[in-house]
Amino acid sequence: MIRALLGDRLVLVVGFAVAAVALAIGIGNLIFPTDSALHAPTYTVSLTGKYLCYALLALGLDLVWGYAGILSLGHGVFFGLGGYAMGMYLMRQIGTRGTYGHPVLPDFMVFLNWKELPWYWYGFDNFGFAMLMVMLVPGVLAFVFGWLTFRARVTGVYLSIITQALTFAMMLAFFRNDMGFGGNNGLTDFRDLLGFSLRSDGMRVALLWASAVALLLGLAVCRFMVASRFGKVLTAVRDAESRVRFLGYRPEAYKLVALVVSAVMAGIAGALYVPQVGIINPSEFAPANSIEAVIWVAVGGRGTLAGAIVGAVAVNLLKTVFTANLPELWLFALGGLFILVTLLIPRGIIGSLGALRLRPGAKLGDDPAADAGRA
Amino acid sequence: MTGATPDTLLYLDGVTVTFDGFRALNSLSLILMPGEMRAVIGPNGAGKTTMMDVITGKTRPDSGTALFRHDHDLTRLDEPAIASLGIGRKFQKPTVFETQTVEDNILLALAGERRARRAFRFSAAKAEAGRIGEILETVHLSGQRDRLAGGLSHGQKQWLEIGMLLAQDPALLLVDEPVAGMTDAETEDTARLLVGINRTHSVLVVEHDMHFVRALGVKVTCLHEGSVLAEGSIDHVSANPRVVEVYLGR
Repeated sequence: MIRALLGDRLVLVVGFAVAAVALAIGIGNLIFPTDSALHAPTYTVSLTGKYLCYALLALGLDLVWGYAGILSLGHGVFFGLGGYAMGMYLMRQIGTRGTYGHPVLPDFMVFLNWKELPWYWYGFDNFGFAMLMVMLVPGVLAFVFGWLTFRARVTGVYLSIITQALTFAMMLAFFRNDMGFGGNNGLTDFRDLLGFSLRSDGMRVALLWASAVALLLGLAVCRFMVASRFGKVLTAVRDAESRVRFLGYRPEAYKLVALVVSAVMAGIAGALYVPQVGIINPSEFAPANSIEAVIWVAVGGRGTLAGAIVGAVAVNLLKTVFTANLPELWLFALGGLFILVTLLIPRGIIGSLGALRLRPGAKLGDDPAADAGRA
Repeated sequence: MTGATPDTLLYLDGVTVTFDGFRALNSLSLILMPGEMRAVIGPNGAGKTTMMDVITGKTRPDSGTALFRHDHDLTRLDEPAIASLGIGRKFQKPTVFETQTVEDNILLALAGERRARRAFRFSAAKAEAGRIGEILETVHLSGQRDRLAGGLSHGQKQWLEIGMLLAQDPALLLVDEPVAGMTDAETEDTARLLVGINRTHSVLVVEHDMHFVRALGVKVTCLHEGSVLAEGSIDHVSANPRVVEVYLGR
């Protein structure tokens, strides 16, 4: 089992790189003085933490797209729900320090003349409860969604379109003020987490490290899943779903497990993302966000796990550079990148590296994962 | 239940399937006894594959009875349930898991636990590894064990799929055109293999290659327009003037 888990060298390399970068930046920020060459500015700490959250989202997406052939164009829905659950906890932590100074109600509720806390906000002042919801809400939504669609044997483009509709519907719902989630402003003006100020360097480094740990745990869980017999069945479902059925397996059960795990990972990613960027609003549910996540995975190489992390970090680094210097060109660059990767390296960065060490007899041109994704 | 004696393995009676008004199966009746091998022939569109679809739960018939071991109603079960009952199927176009190794293809087919929550296991058990070795020996793929199935030749994929059927170890094997695209030598080999498999399993084989059907030396059923046209020994069936007219004569 250990050998199977450690069998993918690229996953190990990327895992070590994540740990090393997170450690170096955290230590560089806390220990080295600002004039040292080894100092990492606070801005870099939060930016890196944000990238790692995106990487965790991409990793979950790779599990369902790369291994189960489920092209989700709505993974932002799970990320956003996890983010909102964390946001609700952070709102309750503000207490009387809000503009209106109400001890229980968040500012936006006072503004809307609400007199008491809606029932679904109960419990979110408790960190443990909020963290449970971070995983439970996306997980249950994924379970219900998967249960209905997989049993009805909805696959391919039809499934992708429904996932897209799901996140779009969620965005419209959360835009409404009477939903009780702050409408289009969302939740913001957070102060502290577990009693520590979110603006302190220590908290920022702690969040970066928490993101790195979550990402590495996610990587280990995914690796465990795909290296076991479960992963072999899942890959078989991706490549020839009906054949798997005639062998006596129920593909819907396998896909459901993968989707729920993936959604929980996305929820955790969203929850770690929100305190690092300081806001969560309905635009996180925008379909474009979910599609961007798909591009990260495609660029890094789907069905490789390591590729999802590399792709998410690489594309977002590029995005940071572009939006700082040539903001109006970013969307063209993103579109161009997707076209170039699809044409030139359909296996993505890590997929192409992996192809170099494939066993003899495997044809390099074949990309069944890509075919499964397109189907 | 009607007419199904307790010792039948497969019992089809009056099975009718229509697709948009086209009768793919028209009151088809067929009985297979345990241990039997049956060859099914017939022109394109005679309903051979649709019959297999009904038996394996892929297609629901409009009317008729389909029983397995006289008490399992195949028209009410889905594909995984029917596969677990002990009916295995090889497709006309060889369908193997191309991105996985030959060994893993057999491993996935091996009889045993199928539930997702029991699937978090790693290396194959010793008994499994041994069984995989035997099966690969039988289907002449021992040398290809670690190759990706997608890299096999067409004939090797056909054999791998037969190996997967063996691993599944079903009571009844449905084999759709196993020798399509094979050389004469491979065809003869396959006939020998199926005859060997038939010693311990019941087999229903659909094939166009009359040379191959003759080599099997079993009872033949000729389908035409969704129902049985003739049944009996190969000589009896090929002497039937209707069979010659609609199928052999062309």
